[in-house]
Amino acid sequence: MSLVRKYGLSVLAILVSAVVFLIPFAFIIMMAFKDRTQAQLLDFSWPQGFHLWTNIVEVVTTRNWMLLTAFINSSILTVASVTLLVIFAAMVGFVLQRRKTRFNGLIEFFILAGLMIPPAVVPTIWLLQGIGLFGKLHGLILVEVAYGLPFSILLYRAFIATIPRELDEAAIIDGARPFDVFFRVILPLLWPVTVTNIVVQSVAIFNDFTNPLYYLPGNANATVQLTLYNFQSQFNTSYNLLFTNIALITIPPLVVFLFFNRQIVAGMTAGAVKG
Amino acid sequence: MTKTSRRTALTGLSAGLMLVTALSGSAFAQSINLTYLIPSGADGVAVAEELVKSFEAANPDINIDIETRPGGSEGDNLVKTRLATGSMADIFRYNSGSLFQAINPQQFLVDLTNEPWQADVQASFKQVVTAPDGTVRGAPMGAAMGGGIYYNRAIYEELGLTVPTTWAEFMANNEKIKAAGKVAVIQTYADTWTSQLFVLADYYNVSAKDPNFASRYTANEAKFATEPAALRGFEKLQETFEAGYFNEDFGAAKYDDGIRMVAAGEGAHYPMLTFATTAIAAAYPDMIGNVGFFAQPGDEAGMNGLTVWMPDGIYIPQTTSNLDAAKKFVAFVASVEGCEAQTRAGGASGPYLVNGCTLPDDVPPAVSDMLPYFAEGGQNGPALEFLSPIKGPALEQITVEVGSGIRPAADGAALYDEDVRKQAQQLGLPGW
Amino acid sequence: MSVMTQTGTAGAGAAAPVPVLKRPSPYPGWFFLPAAIIYGLLFLLPTVASLYFSLTRWTLFNSTFIGLDNFAQFLREPFLIKGLINTVIYAVVTSGLKVVLGLLLAVLLTSQIAARGYLRSVVFFPVLVSTVGVGITFTVLMHPTNGMINEGLAMLGIKGPGWLTNPSLALYSVALVDVWKGVGLATVIYIAGIVAIPKDYYEAARIDGATKLQNFFYVTLPLCRPATVTVIILSFIGGLRTFDLIWAMTRGGPGFASDTVASVIYKQYQAGFYGLSTAGNVVLFALIAVLVVPLTMLLNRREGHE
Repeated sequence: MSLVRKYGLSVLAILVSAVVFLIPFAFIIMMAFKDRTQAQLLDFSWPQGFHLWTNIVEVVTTRNWMLLTAFINSSILTVASVTLLVIFAAMVGFVLQRRKTRFNGLIEFFILAGLMIPPAVVPTIWLLQGIGLFGKLHGLILVEVAYGLPFSILLYRAFIATIPRELDEAAIIDGARPFDVFFRVILPLLWPVTVTNIVVQSVAIFNDFTNPLYYLPGNANATVQLTLYNFQSQFNTSYNLLFTNIALITIPPLVVFLFFNRQIVAGMTAGAVKG
Repeated sequence: MTKTSRRTALTGLSAGLMLVTALSGSAFAQSINLTYLIPSGADGVAVAEELVKSFEAANPDINIDIETRPGGSEGDNLVKTRLATGSMADIFRYNSGSLFQAINPQQFLVDLTNEPWQADVQASFKQVVTAPDGTVRGAPMGAAMGGGIYYNRAIYEELGLTVPTTWAEFMANNEKIKAAGKVAVIQTYADTWTSQLFVLADYYNVSAKDPNFASRYTANEAKFATEPAALRGFEKLQETFEAGYFNEDFGAAKYDDGIRMVAAGEGAHYPMLTFATTAIAAAYPDMIGNVGFFAQPGDEAGMNGLTVWMPDGIYIPQTTSNLDAAKKFVAFVASVEGCEAQTRAGGASGPYLVNGCTLPDDVPPAVSDMLPYFAEGGQNGPALEFLSPIKGPALEQITVEVGSGIRPAADGAALYDEDVRKQAQQLGLPGW
Repeated sequence: MSVMTQTGTAGAGAAAPVPVLKRPSPYPGWFFLPAAIIYGLLFLLPTVASLYFSLTRWTLFNSTFIGLDNFAQFLREPFLIKGLINTVIYAVVTSGLKVVLGLLLAVLLTSQIAARGYLRSVVFFPVLVSTVGVGITFTVLMHPTNGMINEGLAMLGIKGPGWLTNPSLALYSVALVDVWKGVGLATVIYIAGIVAIPKDYYEAARIDGATKLQNFFYVTLPLCRPATVTVIILSFIGGLRTFDLIWAMTRGGPGFASDTVASVIYKQYQAGFYGLSTAGNVVLFALIAVLVVPLTMLLNRREGHE
């Protein structure tokens, strides 16, 4: 009896989850396999014929291989921003956790402010333009770092609290310079939370739409999210191509998900609970 | 995976990516490279590609890359931002008239007044790309357009209807079409800009009743909400909605759906600018013969005339990397060969603004229906956006509201007046 | 400065009197510098500048001081106010649903259910997917006549509504998609909370003869409180700031029916009303401060009394 209930619930959960969560993805994939005429019907039907490859070729080559440029741009953006974020946030988290000064309160206030306050968009554009970084990829990289710092710092600070202080003091007594203490001793110890940081921030930055929309105009600079958005008007009724594009840009998060599922979940919960 | 191997994997990944970027960055030819920014949309791209192809054939040392941008207010913003931040392409296509005034042409665009080809550009076009200081800053790109109503000739034939010259006749036609179980009026609010047509294309009727409306409107003396003639456009939109003439999915349909529906006879009327003729001809070549066009009717048959849109202009920003090459391209577009390239790519959609450019003899009915308004004895007049620098940015949302029954016409007009006020203030016009 | 403050913290270690004096601090102040420069320049400075520019009519090149006109404009225009109300509705609906559904899913996924791993993955995966992609997909699924959702409903004999075209429904439809995409995060946070509850509590409850329902209301729910606080605050702030999903799905439409403060800010920016757009930013900032700070204090204080 309880067996029936238990499995009944399981079966129900699996069915509901399939309808609610899997069908939309199945829809995306099936649309990517269809030709234009069939895709236009927008229905949940089995593709007639295999058009995935022609769709992919068309999406990738359209507008001078813009999607490829976009993937490269997004990769540079993600890798560079995350690298800077990890190093700078770890440095702040380390000193912030270790050294108690009267400025700590102020710093923590800024961190919380950074998590809450919506960025002031037009003044940021004005400022980026003033320093010659508007519409430039490295300008956006710095913006992503600025917006991502508070969260990353919180993750690091929480983790550093679990590392005994004796470790750094021992290194200092051994004559290591502070720089070496941090980069040779502490940073390697932070590896688990660094992975978390990398994964969580990569996903966030790769998927970011708003900031490139504001700060990175121009085709040469398009990121994948912007490409998708532009294709929305360009492939106005070529739904097969639109959904091929969606399928393509869902692959990186899927890969991350398959390999780093545990770290993402750990990171998102840890960061959330502290924040 | 162990810690180390995962770390190596990550490092390897990022190193690989860096390599890819390094490779893609180098290696370009020595010829002059220009960029040309156009609004996206399949028809516009085809015309631009044909223009560039013909131009490059004549000028092998110049290489032009086409960039696209979204249309509508989103594109307006992109153009403004790129100009303001010095990141504009070398040549770009953009509206003439009030939107041209809003991009601050005197500050950002190259003065083209003394280019030799200007001699062949018609004065009516020069007027709408003239900066406040009296200099001409653009060349015509495309043909003159009418704002009015496409109709499906097969439906008209089947139901024995005639082209209406008054609003009452138009509504009577709609009633018969609806009674026959067909969609009388196609609306496509997923592309919000398409919702403005009933209001914008009514301007000939406004000016027929009140020839001074534009100047009084610019001077903050006439309002849409308080001038009965101007309010009619909003009211017409409301009336057609309330009569239930729209297609069922009008809120989710797109412009591309609209042109398909009117071409295929899924709907009888589609209010639109005539640039759509090119798009219909490209997408539905075998059905273009079914599509006719008439001006948006006013209240009196004797005052029936067409609201005319000047084509877009092409402009050169002062930040261009190669002014001479850019000027060459602009001169090409404003030449007879330029018109011919456009006709080749998109078919003719209306009269060109360059002297010497002619239309082929076999134009589709949507174009030939439009020509009488331009001929002797025909009546036409420019749209408001070519007579006044002010166009409120929220009009398309307001007309969606009026056309969806969310807001009554009078309210919508009043809201639009407020929107116009913001724009006028931002432009720094006197009297606001 | 760093040397002076150092003396306070140095005593904790073993070798106190040894020449610590000249040795540089192991926790140098300049470690803050790179982060502080980037953050200060690209976040704090624009935020402070926005306070001034919100009082101007601004073209990016020159600004005319117009006092509080921009804010007056916000209060005068019906659709800007509507955006303000919509933002609050959106935040309340999404965070409320995420709390309820997240908790229920977490309870389900920590129970002895088959295919737990699969279910957790499937619920969580949308969190990682591009918001724009999700938005476009659901826009198609929610098409009033051809969309899969309404065709599915039609098979059951129900005539589906115009999810995104009905002005009184559009905002809620977008909110539902937001929940679809974000509930996985709430679930995962709750799972962490539930797993952390010591088994003794359930043991004690079992001895007292508690039913499953009582277990939930008297053990799980109160002991999950920190998770609840996190989920509420996180999704509430996220909801107030929301932009990409709304923009990808409705662009604030039909008309102004699903405009939020963030989409209004973007539209004013698009129109070139930079001062007004910046004023919108300040309004959003104020809205978040006014709602979130007291909410946080309230939630945390009650927690303290426990």
